[in-house]
Amino acid sequence: MENTLAGIKLFGSWASSYTHRVQLVLKLKGLDFEYVEEELTNKSPSLLLYNPVYKKVPVLLHLDRPIVESVIILQYIDETWTDRPIMPADPYERALARFWCYFADDKLGPAVGAVFGSAGEDQKAAVAQVHENLKLVETELREGAFKGRRFFGGDAIGILDIVLGCGSYWLAVFDEVMEVKLVDPEAFPLFHAWLREFEEQEEVKEIIPAIDRLLEYARGIRQMMLGLKDASTTPATTAATTTTTTDNSSVVVESAGSV
Amino acid sequence: MVGGREVKLFGMWASPAVRRVEWALKLKGIEYEYIEEDISNKSTDLVKYNPINKQVPVLLHHGKPIIESLVIIEYIDEVWKHNPILPKDPYERAMARFWATYSEDKCRSAAREVFFAEGEKRVKAIKCLEETLRALDEELQGKKFFGGENIGFSDLVLGWMAFWLGVSEEVASFEVLDPNKFPWFTSWIDSFLKVPAIKENLPPRDKTVEFFHSYRRLHLAAPKC
Repeated sequence: MENTLAGIKLFGSWASSYTHRVQLVLKLKGLDFEYVEEELTNKSPSLLLYNPVYKKVPVLLHLDRPIVESVIILQYIDETWTDRPIMPADPYERALARFWCYFADDKLGPAVGAVFGSAGEDQKAAVAQVHENLKLVETELREGAFKGRRFFGGDAIGILDIVLGCGSYWLAVFDEVMEVKLVDPEAFPLFHAWLREFEEQEEVKEIIPAIDRLLEYARGIRQMMLGLKDASTTPATTAATTTTTTDNSSVVVESAGSV
Repeated sequence: MVGGREVKLFGMWASPAVRRVEWALKLKGIEYEYIEEDISNKSTDLVKYNPINKQVPVLLHHGKPIIESLVIIEYIDEVWKHNPILPKDPYERAMARFWATYSEDKCRSAAREVFFAEGEKRVKAIKCLEETLRALDEELQGKKFFGGENIGFSDLVLGWMAFWLGVSEEVASFEVLDPNKFPWFTSWIDSFLKVPAIKENLPPRDKTVEFFHSYRRLHLAAPKC
C-alpha cells in the first residue's frame, strides 16, 4: 500500500515492546503508517542502513528521514503531530515524565531482563532488584509525584504509561514461564491496578500481542538462553553482559524491552 | 539575571554530569546557589531530594527537585526560553537527543571500559571507544559544533569528552584523541573549550587528574564481583 499523507514508515518486531510503544502512540494520534516487520536474527539491509549505530527496532521513517530510540521517536511524533498530546504541558511534569522514562529503560528494564536471563541464586538476586525498582514506582503512586492518578499521564494515558505499560505485560509472561512473581498485587497494589487499567484501554488491547503468542516466544528464548548460559562462564546478571552476549540474548532483551 | 534563590544545584566538583548542568545555567545567565556534596558522606538534603539514586546533579527549582542531567537540561531549556539549547524543529530535536543518548549509552561505557581495563581487554575496549569517536567525527563533518554554528544540547552532553576524556588518557595511560584519525572531533574539542561559558566552568586539571588517579586505584584494588 502506498504511503499515506502522513508519510510514516515503521520498522519493528511483533514481540518488541519498544515497537509497541510507537505503534500505540501512532494509534492514539490516529496516524496511518506503513509497517515493516523485522526478523531480529536476520535484520534487513534497510534497518541496518537507517539505524547503523544501534541496529535495532523500532526505526521510524518520516519524510525519508530515520529517527531511532523509542523514547526519542515518541517525543518526535508528539512534537510533529500535536493533537492528543502524550507529554504533559507543564515543564516540571515533563521533567518527571522524562525522568521516569529514563528509569524504566535504564533501571527497571535491565533488571527485568536480568531475571529472564538467569536462574537459581542469580535469579533470586535479580528478582530482588526488580522489586526494589517497583517499590520506587509504587511509592510515587502512593504518596509521591503520581499520587491519586488513574494513569501516570493523569486521566488519559501519556508517555510514561506508554513506556512502562508496553513492557509490563512481559512481567505476567515471565511470572508464568519462570514461576517468579514479579508484580505481586499485594506488594505493589497501585502498580498492579494501574497495569490492569492500562491493559483495558482499547488502543492497548489492539496493539499488544495475544498472551499465548508471547508465552510461546518467551519459553523458546528462555530455553535458548539457559542453554547458552551453561556454555558460558559468567552469569548474565548485568545489563552490560546481556548486551554483549550472543545475538540471541540481545534478541530477547530487545523484545522484552530490557535495553 | 534570572533565577537567584529559587534555583539550587547539588553537585560535586569533579563530576561531568554536574558541569553540563552548570554550562546550561551559565549559557542562559541563570543565577543559582551551588551546594558541593561530599559523595562519601551525602547530605540529608540530597537524599531527601533524590531518594531514588542519591546522586548529583539535583536541580531544585522553587523547592522541587529535578534529577538526571539530560532531564535537567531540557527542563532548564523549557523554563527559561532565551538562548535556546535545543533546536525548534522536531527532527533536529530528535537528532540532538540521539547524540545525547549516544554519549551516555555508547561513549561513556566505552571510555569507562578503557579506563578500568587491563591487557587484552584494554586493547578491545580502545577499539570500541575509537569506533564512537569515528561516529562523532563523521557527524561533525562540515560543522563547528554538533549544534551547528553555536553549541547546543548534544555539545553540552558530549562536552565531557572535551575535558574528562583527556584526563582519562593521562590517568590510565592511553591515547585515542588523535587529530589525524579524528580531525573534526579534535577540532570540536578546541572550539568547545573556547566557549566562555565552558572555559570559565571547568574543574582544575591537576586536581581532576589527581582525583581520577585515586578513583581508578580504588576501583582496581576493589575485589572483583
